[in-house]
Amino acid sequence: MEIHRFEKLWLGVGLVLIVGLIATVAYGAVGPGVAMMDDDGGTIDPETVADGNYEQANFKSPGVRQVGEDEYTAHVVARQFLFEPGTQEPIQVPAGSEVTFYVTSPDVVHGFSVVGTNVNTMVIPGQVAQFTTQFDESGEYGIVCHEYCGAAHHTMAGTIEVVPQSQFNSTMTVGE
Amino acid sequence: MATIDDTATDTETGEEYATPPEERSAYLDRYPSAARIVRWCFLVAFGALGVGGLFGMIQALHRTGVFRGFVSSSDYYSVLTGHGVLLVLVFTTFFIAGLFTWAVTQSLEMDLPRPRLAVTWFSMILLGTVLAGTAILGGLVDQIPASADVLYTMYSPMQAHPIFYIGAALIIVGSWIAGANYFLMYRDWRAENAGERIPLQTFMVLTTFLMWYLATVGIAIEVVVFLIPWSLGLISEVNPLFTRTLFWYFGHPVVYFWLMPAYLIWYTILPKLSGGRLFSDPLARVVFVLFLLLSTPTGIHHQYVDPGIPEGFKFVAMTNTMFLLLPSLLTAFTVVASIEHGARQNGGGGLFGWLKNLPWDNPAFSGCTLAGLMFAAGGFSGMINAGMNINYLIHNTLWVPGHFHLTVGTASALTFMAITYWLLPQLTGKRIRNYTIASIQPYVWFIGMFLMSNAMHRAGLAGVPRRTAEPQYPSQGITFEGVVGGVSEMRLQIAIGGVLLTVSLAMFLYVIATTWLGPRSERIRVNGRIPKPLSSADDSPRVLDNMKLWIAIAVVLVLLTYGPPVASIVADGIFAGGSAPVPV
Ligand code: HEM
Ligand SMILES: [Cu+2]
Ligand SMILES: [Cu+2]
Repeated sequence: MEIHRFEKLWLGVGLVLIVGLIATVAYGAVGPGVAMMDDDGGTIDPETVADGNYEQANFKSPGVRQVGEDEYTAHVVARQFLFEPGTQEPIQVPAGSEVTFYVTSPDVVHGFSVVGTNVNTMVIPGQVAQFTTQFDESGEYGIVCHEYCGAAHHTMAGTIEVVPQSQFNSTMTVGE
Repeated sequence: MATIDDTATDTETGEEYATPPEERSAYLDRYPSAARIVRWCFLVAFGALGVGGLFGMIQALHRTGVFRGFVSSSDYYSVLTGHGVLLVLVFTTFFIAGLFTWAVTQSLEMDLPRPRLAVTWFSMILLGTVLAGTAILGGLVDQIPASADVLYTMYSPMQAHPIFYIGAALIIVGSWIAGANYFLMYRDWRAENAGERIPLQTFMVLTTFLMWYLATVGIAIEVVVFLIPWSLGLISEVNPLFTRTLFWYFGHPVVYFWLMPAYLIWYTILPKLSGGRLFSDPLARVVFVLFLLLSTPTGIHHQYVDPGIPEGFKFVAMTNTMFLLLPSLLTAFTVVASIEHGARQNGGGGLFGWLKNLPWDNPAFSGCTLAGLMFAAGGFSGMINAGMNINYLIHNTLWVPGHFHLTVGTASALTFMAITYWLLPQLTGKRIRNYTIASIQPYVWFIGMFLMSNAMHRAGLAGVPRRTAEPQYPSQGITFEGVVGGVSEMRLQIAIGGVLLTVSLAMFLYVIATTWLGPRSERIRVNGRIPKPLSSADDSPRVLDNMKLWIAIAVVLVLLTYGPPVASIVADGIFAGGSAPVPV
């Protein structure tokens, strides 16, 4: 089988491109440590969450809590058609701290995407989406549900309010 | 500008016709029973395309806020379900079943030997379409007590009426029988032609279908074992992550089921339309074998941001995905080289001067070429999708529909429309009418898609979500900021592009309908003969024709990449982890 000179050249260039693309992803993972959505969050019984029995489902009641110096957790329930917290009251986090989110759904599949950032995850019933992020600048960020979740899907959105450390009030930790 | 392929001019009337005129309706006369089934397939395919396209326009106007009078925002999702199912399941499956019937019969030089089998698969896919279609329509019409606004991805626990899932299952099983039809013909041919190389078009059909059989196992299990019993109330819970994974196991290779037929056209017909012939038959075979091997073990790249799947498995899928670029890159090379070769045969010269010597006024040629051009752009946005970390920026945003309207929505759909201008005369003995409209149609599609998809890509980068009736969120005060240009300008482009696309579709359907309903012509413009490639199959290693070997390797690759993640997901219980069904 004869392969033309130009074809060989093209093949070579193509392979270099492919290996290059893989290398950038690998570098992203080990170099700057771009964290990927993983299975760390574990599984959960969606019906227990639906009943509001968060503790029983091994899921803290929705809200933001301080767990260390500059370390916080945010438990969020995404349900038809709101984020709790997020929609009725904003998710308030202090600027510059590490916030680990735990997001789950008691009903259907939802999305959790923070507009203008690369915080983006699916929320699948039975699974807890766990990821850690940091908001450096204070201000408001929008959260949208970007997975079709029913007739009012387009109304499902929320807000993250990033406030300076000094102003952070931990009223959201009441559920403790 | 070059003239239409293989034509000569009648000195008396000044009309162009195919040479030799006796071959006017060669395919139709030689393979009448195949021609009939292909015509039926095309009829249904274009019906689905017309309705689906109209839904597309409704969506483009609704979600940009230009006009929201067609449906309410909560009914938007029924329209969107119809758009997806009609275009990516019904239109493609019927068109491909027809195209492949044409390709196999003409390359093996035998008429469809089992017309009854053909009627079986045709009716089965049609019945499936009617059932699924009824359920989708039920979302819009109160009188129909069913609904299925679960979109074509049908993620559980959102639940559709059982007839939707049964319809989907019939479409898949019907396509399996269509494939059996091709394989049986190949066996008949092999019995008479021991030791010969498989004709190229048949080779492409068989590899595509092997890939399809392997890929559809996922959705068949999902629908038949889980979703149908669950929607009938026989089981109460299904694992949402597991059914999702089964869906995407199928959901990625299905895109190659749409693309490989377009490649078949680009490899075997386009070179001739541009005035030349295919460069290398062996390389074309290598490309199709690579698709067979690599298409399936990649679906997890649609689940990069899913919780519950360890990062390592995502990385493996990403690596396979990147290697899957290779056959497409090779195709890009061959197609461009073949067109250039054709143009030079037509007397074209210079570095780019040869471009002038191509038949840009022949819609079959211009359609395929413009489709190929847009596919290159779609390929680039696809590389971004495949990059595990950049994916976080664009996952489930409007970027994604921007991407696949270039790939399936143009590379496949426009190629299929364009080649119909070339196939229909052979299938009906009728000359294309309203040829001027036909000549302009692919360009209108190109402009419409250019506007719609570039704006969708940019809106996606700004974070505008997909599958949303009203991406405005006024009460949350969410604003999307474009990197270049404002959101209102993007909205306008999407709306104008969507309207142009629908206009182009109407032009296509008008030309096809008037041709089809018109009388048979004395002379048609096309001649169906396909010239031999420059480098023929005899130059290629025999192992390429060893289908058993390739499918075995493909299965092993699937087991290696899917075995561990599926095992880890089902460890939580295949019927557990779900919540109660949520009917919509
Ligand atoms: C008249 C031409 C077309 C127009 C105006 C159009 C318009 C649109 C728009 C605006 C959306 C986005 C809806 C949303 O996310 O809210 C969409 C989605 C989609 N389109 Fe098209 N489209 C056209 C043709 C096609 C073709 C030819 C195909 C495939 C063969 C196709 C396949 C799809 C699919 C699969 C979706 C995604 C559905 C989903 O996300 O579930 N479209 N279309
Ligand atoms: Cu939602
Ligand atoms: Cu939603």
